[in-house]
Amino acid sequence: MVEHRPLTDFIAYAILTLGVFIVAFPVYLALIASTHDAATVVGGHMPATPGTQTLENYYRAIFVGGARTSREPVANMLINSFVSAIGIAVGKIFISILSAYAVVYFRFPFRKTAFWIIFITLMLPVEVRIYPTYKVVADLRLLDTYAGLILPLIASATGTLLFRQFFMTVPDELLEASRIDGAGPFRFFWDTLLPLSVTTMAALFVIQFIYGWNQYLWPLLITTQDSMQTIVIGIKKMLVATDELAEWQLAMATTVLAMLPPVAVVIFMQRLFVRGLVQTEK
Amino acid sequence: MANVTLRNVRKTYVGGFEAIKGIDFDVGDGQFCVLVGPSGCGKSTLLRMVAGLETITGGEIDIGGRVVNQIEPADRDIAMVFQNYALYPHMSVYNNMAYGLRNRRMAEAEIKTRVEEAARILELGAMLDRKPRQLSGGQRQRVAMGRAIVRQPKVFLFDEPLSNLDAKLRIAMRVEIRKLQRRLSTTSIYVTHDQLEAMTLADILVVMNGGQVEQIGNPLDIYQKPATTFVASFIGAPPMNLMPLRSDEIKSQLAGDARANEAGILGIRPEDFVITNETVSGGVALGLTVEAIERVGAETFLYGTRQHEVQGVAATPGELPPGEIIVRIPGAVGPAIGERIRAVAASDKLHLFAADGRKRVGC
Repeated sequence: MVEHRPLTDFIAYAILTLGVFIVAFPVYLALIASTHDAATVVGGHMPATPGTQTLENYYRAIFVGGARTSREPVANMLINSFVSAIGIAVGKIFISILSAYAVVYFRFPFRKTAFWIIFITLMLPVEVRIYPTYKVVADLRLLDTYAGLILPLIASATGTLLFRQFFMTVPDELLEASRIDGAGPFRFFWDTLLPLSVTTMAALFVIQFIYGWNQYLWPLLITTQDSMQTIVIGIKKMLVATDELAEWQLAMATTVLAMLPPVAVVIFMQRLFVRGLVQTEK
Repeated sequence: MANVTLRNVRKTYVGGFEAIKGIDFDVGDGQFCVLVGPSGCGKSTLLRMVAGLETITGGEIDIGGRVVNQIEPADRDIAMVFQNYALYPHMSVYNNMAYGLRNRRMAEAEIKTRVEEAARILELGAMLDRKPRQLSGGQRQRVAMGRAIVRQPKVFLFDEPLSNLDAKLRIAMRVEIRKLQRRLSTTSIYVTHDQLEAMTLADILVVMNGGQVEQIGNPLDIYQKPATTFVASFIGAPPMNLMPLRSDEIKSQLAGDARANEAGILGIRPEDFVITNETVSGGVALGLTVEAIERVGAETFLYGTRQHEVQGVAATPGELPPGEIIVRIPGAVGPAIGERIRAVAASDKLHLFAADGRKRVGC
């Protein structure tokens, strides 16, 4: 039972509002800063209302790039980030759904061992194996390529575990019915398991897209050309301006732009989540 | 159409557990065979071996004159109805039924004809576009049946198909399954643990226990002449009363019966008792104290304990405490709790078994 009393309601709403304010205020500040000219932003007194430089700032950020430091325009960085984030998310789903399918549905020697090896890689994120990974990627001449940005990040123990757990809840009878209906292993996977996994894939896609989008260390290491920069790296570089003032208004505009794709992915995929939650198909 | 023949079929699991210990039987063309037994007796395993979902470790399974031991389930020309229906949740009713046919590369027009025919028989016509989750339990059950029918297989296999339905629907579907099977005259094997389903559906009843066949035959024959005490207590509800024959008053009553010398256990069905004070020649009379009464309306069950109780021995498998006797009387009027009654069974109603319960004595 939830009781409704004016005082408790008031306290609850006050706490919620405070929480929203704490989370939202920096975002609001970035938004405001991206609409003023450089002098106003650096001046130390940030206005609370939007300025007049909106179009100018965003136009410069997206298509021209910064004036004082040699930098790529954001449009290019957005494309780089987008390609690698999509590549990482799709690649992870592809690899992990196949490996989970193998581990759950096939009896082969050292099946358990294979599963445990996958499980153990959870303890080895990119940061831990960064030197050998860099060496391999460099030897394969994948520096400054999309493949180099994507491939080392797509092996995913998390995804494999997630799909494994999901596959274990699919009743065995579905597999047996498929066998009697004349569906081989691939048909069963394609016709039955994949459609049932859509919501799990959507969940994984959201998580992995944001993971890929927010990658910092790896792209920083393997991209040397400005044309291959991702947006997260780009923001960082904008703030390093030797002997000059950083163009904060452009950096903020870039930040706002960098936030949009993950937000769009979450909003779009949320519909799939909700549909998955309402219709438990099992 | 086809016979199904099992020859000394065995199943041993990797750990060494022997689930099926050599089973032989033959289901004739168009017959309805029911496998019945308590849970864990191996009946589902046996069915799944016929389907090809479990490997066969010994013996042969023959469907329509072809040994199928090494043949994939899809190529055995069988169709199976699962306990939880196993419908594809993301496919419409139509596609659920059509899926197996499409995998066989059947022409779409032929598929349509078959699915619509099955839908007509099963009254699913209005639901072909729905998803399984939008159907009730009974409708899902019918879709599962439809999926089997459209294949026009040699053999239908049913794995406890009614146990997820409520009692009323179960009876209705039981009748429907039987009618459908008669109409299509497709050889069928049906697994259940419900002895009532088994009795009402079967042409041939196979009673299983512990991975072995206890008795095979026509259901009424099995009811009237159970071969072992296990069958006697499993088939029939409430179960047959089984009493050990030791040197007590029952044995002396049987003095005139030629079978009594070899027998160690006496069985009497609850409905074969008559409550009377008259003496019977050749029969058995038991003095009972009524301890519980169940009034069902058309009939009444009396639970009594025998007087002059000698060292009791539990029936195998013991479903009643030693010395407890169930008596069925017609109607709702009968003795009260605590009353002493005399229950009498005629000599042709007595079932006599060897002392280990494995063999019926006499006929």
